[in-house]
Amino acid sequence: MGSLEEAIEGLKKFLSDKDDAAVAQIKKLITGLQERDPNEYDPVKRILEGFQHFKINKFDKHPKLYDKLAEGQWPKFLVFACSDSRVCPSHILDFQPGEAFMVRNIANMVPAFDKLKYSGVGAAIEYAVSVLEVQNILVIGHSRCGGIERLMTHPEDNSAPFDFIDEWVKIGLPAKVKVQAEFGDLPLEDQCKHCEKQSVKLSLCNLETYPYVQMGLANKKLRLMGGYYDFVHGKFELLEFEPHFHHLFST
Amino acid sequence: MATLLPSSFTKNFNSSIDYPITSFQTFAIFGPKLKTEQTHFRLSTSFNVRTGSPLELKAMKEPPGLTQKLDKNRLDRLAESENGCDLFEDLKHRFLRFKKHKFEENLGHFQNLAEGQAPKFMIIACADSRVCPSVILGFQPGEAFMVRNVANLVPPFESGPSETNAALEFAVNSLKVENILVIGHSRCGGIRALMSMQDEVDSSSFIRSWVIVGKNARLNTKSAASHLGFDQQCRHCEKESVDHSLVNLLTYPWIEQKVAKGELSVHGGYYDFVDCTFEKWTLDYKGSNFGKNSRLPVKNRFYWC
Repeated sequence: MGSLEEAIEGLKKFLSDKDDAAVAQIKKLITGLQERDPNEYDPVKRILEGFQHFKINKFDKHPKLYDKLAEGQWPKFLVFACSDSRVCPSHILDFQPGEAFMVRNIANMVPAFDKLKYSGVGAAIEYAVSVLEVQNILVIGHSRCGGIERLMTHPEDNSAPFDFIDEWVKIGLPAKVKVQAEFGDLPLEDQCKHCEKQSVKLSLCNLETYPYVQMGLANKKLRLMGGYYDFVHGKFELLEFEPHFHHLFST
Repeated sequence: MATLLPSSFTKNFNSSIDYPITSFQTFAIFGPKLKTEQTHFRLSTSFNVRTGSPLELKAMKEPPGLTQKLDKNRLDRLAESENGCDLFEDLKHRFLRFKKHKFEENLGHFQNLAEGQAPKFMIIACADSRVCPSVILGFQPGEAFMVRNVANLVPPFESGPSETNAALEFAVNSLKVENILVIGHSRCGGIRALMSMQDEVDSSSFIRSWVIVGKNARLNTKSAASHLGFDQQCRHCEKESVDHSLVNLLTYPWIEQKVAKGELSVHGGYYDFVDCTFEKWTLDYKGSNFGKNSRLPVKNRFYWC
């Protein structure tokens, strides 16, 4: 018997109670349970099953790896990806535990270095580059990005402002300006696609403004890459970003 | 209708099946030139539109792709490769594997997802490479809107705009997720940094400027667990910090409203990767009595090992 049926049977035992109010309440509860869709999404059950699957099929099967990971992490990548539920890099690029220090935010944006703002992003970059000494930073954009669409359409569409979203996606304004200048005659959907890619390039440029990134690039210990995942057509594009400045001399 | 194309390298980030191949471009508006001529390439993969029965990717079924044997050799190859081309080749093959074993085998589902996402969860997790919720909790594409930052912190409403609350605003008000789950974890470097801080904030460090969001968790830990060793105090703070993030979530009026109406549930979680255990608890919201100086009311606490 499933847990739902067990609960209903358990409640039925109280129907012989002489308290009419209690009986009425119990009947109401039973009706409610009986009307429940057995396929109704149960978030707790979902994460339990997911965790059990991971433990049995991954963790328990690779004890040496997970013992090592318990002691520390040595990821080769710092990844910036969108929070969008469809684009997790652990799926699309099969990153395994220990491989990628991963930041996920709206529209996978990296703001320019600013000591007073965006300490969350700054902390991730500082930790990944200075402490973990990752060798690669990969910024991944994607198709049909809601954050980019918001950037491209607001405030021109006179929609009500979103206090936090609008402030965040403003980081991508230079990308929007450039796309509108070059592709302003294209339909919005195409402009958004251009902006999704342009924003990745902007984020890569912004990464260069962080002192620890500059040092890593100058010492050739760090590589910057941009990616674009198109989930409409099942495609992935990758490019490497050459640093702006070159190491000229050392004494 | 897309046609079947062989894998190929092309030289321009902007070129694709949809756009004409353009020549090398510079982007003077940003200052630096984007040199793409030597080392860039595009990973072009085949895409075959099939007519077949739509495959519902049910969350309860064994997630495809996750049954792939963890190939340590692949990890080692990636770890050892100093050659840029090997790295790009490896990323290319990873994507092609995803495409073959997940995307194409669940084409109907991915086509639906391309039209829009309706995740049931918003997850706030640490950026730590060992704790990706897609791996440890098996979230499949479309299931979980995800924010990952250092030490899985949620700043309060009063702290003003940040990337974390921009994501909250989108998830709660646009996507209308039904669950928010904040997941802490063992041996968190960000929490360790928080616990190690001297009292004055060092503004030259982004790490310190960020983890100070968790200062109340640190205060509570110092008062409740000062008799414990530092490692144990950090562990205490890792969980305390999740609770404080849940409290901070309720400082957002539009979150509190939905929780009060029963439209949104707020959960805390803790993943211990030393023992491979997962704890989960749910905020027990009781309206105006919530919060201010009392212990966080929780219900449905589970411990899975």
